[in-house]
Amino acid sequence: MITMSPEKTRTAATLDRLDVSAVEPGPEWLYASRWAAFERFRQLGLPDTHHEDWRFTNIAPIKQTAFTLSSPAPNLTRSVIEPLLIPGLDCCRLVFVNGRYQPSLSDTAGLPPGMGLWSLHEAFTTKRSLLEEHLGKLTNTDKHPFAALNTALFRDGAVIFVPRGAAVSRPIHLLHIAAPGDEPPLISPRHLIVTEADTTLSVIEDYATLGDGVYLTNALTEIVVGPNAQVTHYLLERESPRAFNVTTLHVHQGRDSRFASHSAQFGGSIVRNNVSPVHAGEGGHSLLNGLYVLRDDQLVDNHMRVDHATPHCDSRQFYKGIMTQRSHGVFRGRIIVRQDAQKTDAKQNNQNLLLSEEAGANADPQLEIYADDVKCTHGATVGQIDEDQVFYLRSRGIPHETARAMIVYAFASENLERMPLQPVRQLVQRLLLDRLPHGKLLEQTL
Amino acid sequence: MTTIQSQQTIEAFAHRKYKEGWVTDIESESLPPGLSEDVVRAISAKKHEPQWLTDWRLKAYRHWLTMKEPTWQHVKHPPIDYQGIIYYSAPKQRQEKLASLDEVDPKLLRTYEKLGIPLQEQKLLAGVAVDAVFDSVSVATTFKEKLASLGIIFCSFSDAVQEHPDLVRQYLGSVVPYSDNFFATLNSAVFSDGSFVYVPKGVRCPMELSTYFRINAAATGQFERTLIVADEGAYVSYLEGCTAPMRDENQLHAAVVELVALKDATIKYSTIQNWYPGDEQGRGGIFNFVTKRGKCLGENSHISWTQVETGSAITWKYPSCILQGDRSVGEFYSVALTANYQQADTGTKMIHIGRNTRSTIVSKGISAGHGQNTYRGMVKVLKSAANARNYTQCDSLLLGSRCGAHTFPYIEVKNPTASVEHEATTSKIGEDQLFYCQQRGISEENAVSLIVNGFCKQVFRELPMEFAVEATKLLSVSLEGSVG
Repeated sequence: MITMSPEKTRTAATLDRLDVSAVEPGPEWLYASRWAAFERFRQLGLPDTHHEDWRFTNIAPIKQTAFTLSSPAPNLTRSVIEPLLIPGLDCCRLVFVNGRYQPSLSDTAGLPPGMGLWSLHEAFTTKRSLLEEHLGKLTNTDKHPFAALNTALFRDGAVIFVPRGAAVSRPIHLLHIAAPGDEPPLISPRHLIVTEADTTLSVIEDYATLGDGVYLTNALTEIVVGPNAQVTHYLLERESPRAFNVTTLHVHQGRDSRFASHSAQFGGSIVRNNVSPVHAGEGGHSLLNGLYVLRDDQLVDNHMRVDHATPHCDSRQFYKGIMTQRSHGVFRGRIIVRQDAQKTDAKQNNQNLLLSEEAGANADPQLEIYADDVKCTHGATVGQIDEDQVFYLRSRGIPHETARAMIVYAFASENLERMPLQPVRQLVQRLLLDRLPHGKLLEQTL
Repeated sequence: MTTIQSQQTIEAFAHRKYKEGWVTDIESESLPPGLSEDVVRAISAKKHEPQWLTDWRLKAYRHWLTMKEPTWQHVKHPPIDYQGIIYYSAPKQRQEKLASLDEVDPKLLRTYEKLGIPLQEQKLLAGVAVDAVFDSVSVATTFKEKLASLGIIFCSFSDAVQEHPDLVRQYLGSVVPYSDNFFATLNSAVFSDGSFVYVPKGVRCPMELSTYFRINAAATGQFERTLIVADEGAYVSYLEGCTAPMRDENQLHAAVVELVALKDATIKYSTIQNWYPGDEQGRGGIFNFVTKRGKCLGENSHISWTQVETGSAITWKYPSCILQGDRSVGEFYSVALTANYQQADTGTKMIHIGRNTRSTIVSKGISAGHGQNTYRGMVKVLKSAANARNYTQCDSLLLGSRCGAHTFPYIEVKNPTASVEHEATTSKIGEDQLFYCQQRGISEENAVSLIVNGFCKQVFRELPMEFAVEATKLLSVSLEGSVG
């Protein structure tokens, strides 16, 4: 471990020379795993583009930034966060500012009996047995430096427990607000969601920024989906254009469970999203549905890894990207079908629309199959707006700009329509129209 | 018919026997195993090479020392001992220089007869010009005179270095530089022979040119180097076939093939690769780690790769096209079969640089037994490649529940006017398809063969006639007497 002089511990450091002794240590029973994870992070180092998994995602700007581990949460009033709420959504809400839970801004009323919704910081002392049983069990810190870093540093987040048979009707909104100060903070939220058999739950993981400061969010979420349970997870990325964001989602699916991940990415300068569901019980279904709409120099990288470990499971991946200006979208989806995972039905699709000369896209849809009685298909396309379609609309009297906006909107709307929660869908639609060139022209017609 | 029976047929299909596994007892002249600067110099000296080529080899060797063996591929193999390989082995000949084909060692000629390429006969009948490479050296080149009258140069690489040094110097390493990758760099240092083809301006090569490679001696590696240059408006179709005897240890084959197509030129390169795949337990077999790349240098040039990969313990290669000239076209058609414990990680790279460039990729993978079959392909569209088009289709067929089929495409697009499509499917032989055939009186083994050949047809169609027949035979050879 690097030891630093006392005056230096207060200042920021790049990720490879972090001094973790300044971190609030959390409960004693976690010390060992934190140290191991930090040691592992130091061994692994930060990936460069020679790493197969990071080939197209150059994180040099993250490496060069000095981050601070102490980032006190400013006192925010309700009126400040009001614009960040999801209009029309009746939900329970946990608000985190700079990674710390803010009870005064949160709303946890009206939970079904037996259901638990706590901040991780609180759960450290009150829910130790639940955490010991599940926390970190789905995460591989051996191979993934950012997962190791999160495991070494997390101090707050949400813990959700849904007991057998409970149907949670109100979605749970986990709103992360970053209010970076002069020194860029490193924020490491950690969420644990455990659902027992026959349950229903919707969770919205939401990342937003006040101001336009630089910071890194390195979040990790673990979800255990019980037998016959149904979990819907949303990820909203609407951070400042200077924010860095790495989110990782690990999902363990039980027998006959249904899991859906919907993501909408608009913000951040370098964004990496890892989603890895494991079909651990027969008859499961997973849906990964994502939309990324980029501009300026944004780089957004989605890594999917669907692991079919048992027979008779279905999975679907639908990712769409719209790139303007100099932005770059990366998609890598891997379907793994283990030996004996027969009757697997897996589909994967990535489509990209490039709207400018400088925009770029990488699409790597991958199949790794060790069983023979399976149906697996994947497809990827990269292209531009079809001029025939523009012509069709123009010949019906629709102006050129509106026609183009309509076609782009239609391209994206397929993914919007898969999101079951209407208020979330409307929010994503609004973000989409704000982002599209000439999106305003469509607002009256929709 | 029951599922169990059809399972047996499929397994029999998977356990096909290797027919070219004999060894020719022939005296050979080899360097001792191991690799050092002296070995590189010795190879160069044996071939009486000019100084620039020796220097080029040494540059490659020194660079190779700084490189690490890559590990990203989806294949597993025991570590290769580069000091245990014999880098040069040549069949010993009674005289120094051969005046004609008649003076070639008759044992050697019989080897080729067994392989189905009677040099004599072919010279007369088939009209295929053959350059045969035995272990490390080229033994005979037929039809040389006839081709020479058209100005076509078709000879062994060593002869080309002596007779056409300027051409060799101009193009050697222009597509696959000496520093390209671990195995290509190794090849650049120690390559022993290979073929050289030059088709002059506006000439359409009147016959298929062909090379047969055979590894005979034990513990040798084969490092041949092929260079084909098609000048403006030229056309050439080139065939390549490979076999090796059955041995328990693994043998390394690290070849380099470079194609250069100038303006309006077309090169069609077809491979039937049937190196020894190892036995049923996965012992022995050839490691086929090959770098093949073509450069469409001029406008409207066209390079087409067709490969049928049925042999080798491990096949690891990506015949690629650099589409530099405007409106150039790259094509890749592949059938890869992995049975027993064979592994294949193969595919292509299409790099679009010029405007209006087009590429097509059709890959068919068949896995049986414990075989692991991987398609890995890259389609890269650079900013300059306006209106580039790519279509990729890769299909996998699984025979048996212990094999694997993997698809890793990489698509990188930097130009908004490009259009890139990728499609892939994975399936097994349908019970209903088998049932349909049998119901019409087709025996089970013929039905499996029919379905497998139908699956591959799109690729076989691209092969020249003689090869298409051979490829079909290779796939069905296993089925003989397998149902009983």
